[in-house]
Parts: sequence; C-alpha cells; structure tokens
Amino acid sequence: MQPPAEHVHWLFATGILLLGLCLLAEAVVGTDVWRRRAWRAYLWPGLAFALGVLMWPVMVFYTNSTIHMLAHGTWAEVMTFAGGVELARVRGKLHAPAWSLAMAAAFAVSGLAFLVHEQNAWFFMRSSFLHHLLGWTLLVGSVFPFVRSVRPRSNFAAAGFALTFVVIAVMLYCDRDVAPVFGHISPLAGEPHR
Amino acid sequence: MNAELVSELDVPVQRTGRARLVAALGPLTALAGVIWAIVQPYRLTILHPQDQSFWWLVVEPPLLVIAVGLFFYFAVLPGLLADLEEERATSR
Repeated sequence: MQPPAEHVHWLFATGILLLGLCLLAEAVVGTDVWRRRAWRAYLWPGLAFALGVLMWPVMVFYTNSTIHMLAHGTWAEVMTFAGGVELARVRGKLHAPAWSLAMAAAFAVSGLAFLVHEQNAWFFMRSSFLHHLLGWTLLVGSVFPFVRSVRPRSNFAAAGFALTFVVIAVMLYCDRDVAPVFGHISPLAGEPHR
Repeated sequence: MNAELVSELDVPVQRTGRARLVAALGPLTALAGVIWAIVQPYRLTILHPQDQSFWWLVVEPPLLVIAVGLFFYFAVLPGLLADLEEERATSR
C-alpha cells in the first residue's frame, strides 16, 4: 500500500504549490492584510510544519540507501524546525528577527541534501537531473529568505521566496522515475523510451 | 414607484491592481493544470483506469494542480479580498 516514490514527490509538490500560492498572495497584499484573519496567518507556516512532519514517514519507509535515509531525515528536521519557528513567530512567541534565518538555513540544508543524496551524475535521466536542479535551486533560493530576514519589508525578497516554492513544486511534479529528460544526448541512456 | 435609495444599490467594486493580481493566482494555477492535462493526457490515469493501482488513480498531478488553484480561489481568496478592500477603505 506504500505509494511509489514519484507519487510522494507529486504529493509534496501539491503541498509546496499551495504554500507558494499563499506566500505569493502575502507578497502581493502585504503581511498586515494577510494576517488580519488568524487562520490565514497560520496557514503557510502550518503547511510548512506539516510538510516537515510528513517527511518523517518518508525517511522511515523509503530506505533505498543510507544516504537517502540521512537526506530525508535532514529534510524532516530542518523543515519541521523552520515551520515551527514560523508558527512561533506568528504566535508572537519568538521576536528576534534572526529567527527568520531558520528558513534560509532550511533552504540551504535541503539544497545540500538534494545534491548529496543524488550521487548519480546521469543528467540524461530525469530523476538525477531534477535532483541536481532542485538542489541548486534551493541553494541559490536560500538568498531570498536570508534577504527577507535582513529586510522584512522587501517585496523583491518576498516575491522571490514565494516563487522559489512554486518553481520547486513544478520540478517535483516533473519528477518521474522511468522518464528520460536528455536521453537522446547520452549514449549511456540506452534505448529511448517514454 | 421604485423606492430603492441610491445608497442601497450595489456599487460595482473597483478592484485595485493588487486585488486583481491576487484574484488571478487561483484561476491561473487551475488553468495551468488544465493546459498540462491537455498537453500530457497520459498523465491522467483516470482516462485509462483499467489495471491501475490505487495510487495511480488517486495521485494525478494535473488534477492536483487544478485542485490547488480551486482551493485557493474558493477558500482563501474571498476573505483576502474583503480584508484588502477594508484596508483600502480605512487608509483613505
């Protein structure tokens, strides 16, 4: 009854897409308007926290290799931590602006985990290519939450932060186990197939 | 004789650029899902459900994208637009 790995990617993509839309809406209307209703203020931090919690079963059940388990465990830790910090900030329990760096750290650690746990440099294979792309996107994207922590009112940082989630969702939706991406380029890819 | 006062008539809401932008997020997301479903119909297992397992029937990415767009449009947007309008009214 365990879902195939690609389905897990797609389910996480759905949560991350909703998270991205909420952040994009917050970037457009401003944080003050977005937080006028309590449930809405908690929506995206709660979603981030839930995605972090849901990474724990992924770590437990998808043990293709030790490095996979360690990478999934690291994601679970940093996502849960960053989501929890954002929830505490909305609740008013944490005040120091430096706490915003938790999300930047989560981005950077997630990016590194993506790069480290995908050890195949088979860029002709969709899964390997996308893991490398996701890793670098998260690493570069960590600039946005970092700027957001230094300049909380920056529209550029807020929009970049939100769009990073949308881009990650698109990449996760593209992840399919058997599909090649640049198979026609490499002779190592073997017979072309859909 | 029509006794309805002018003040009671529904005034068409003039949306700001921000309101229009945020209102477009949900429909654009759902539209992206629809276009994706048309471009890659083989990713919709509901169109060929024979011999498909549970997860292939439940998790269909284009439908999930459409669902996210619709959820945002119907659950998040109405209150957000009302609050945006309220904020605009108070700041006048």
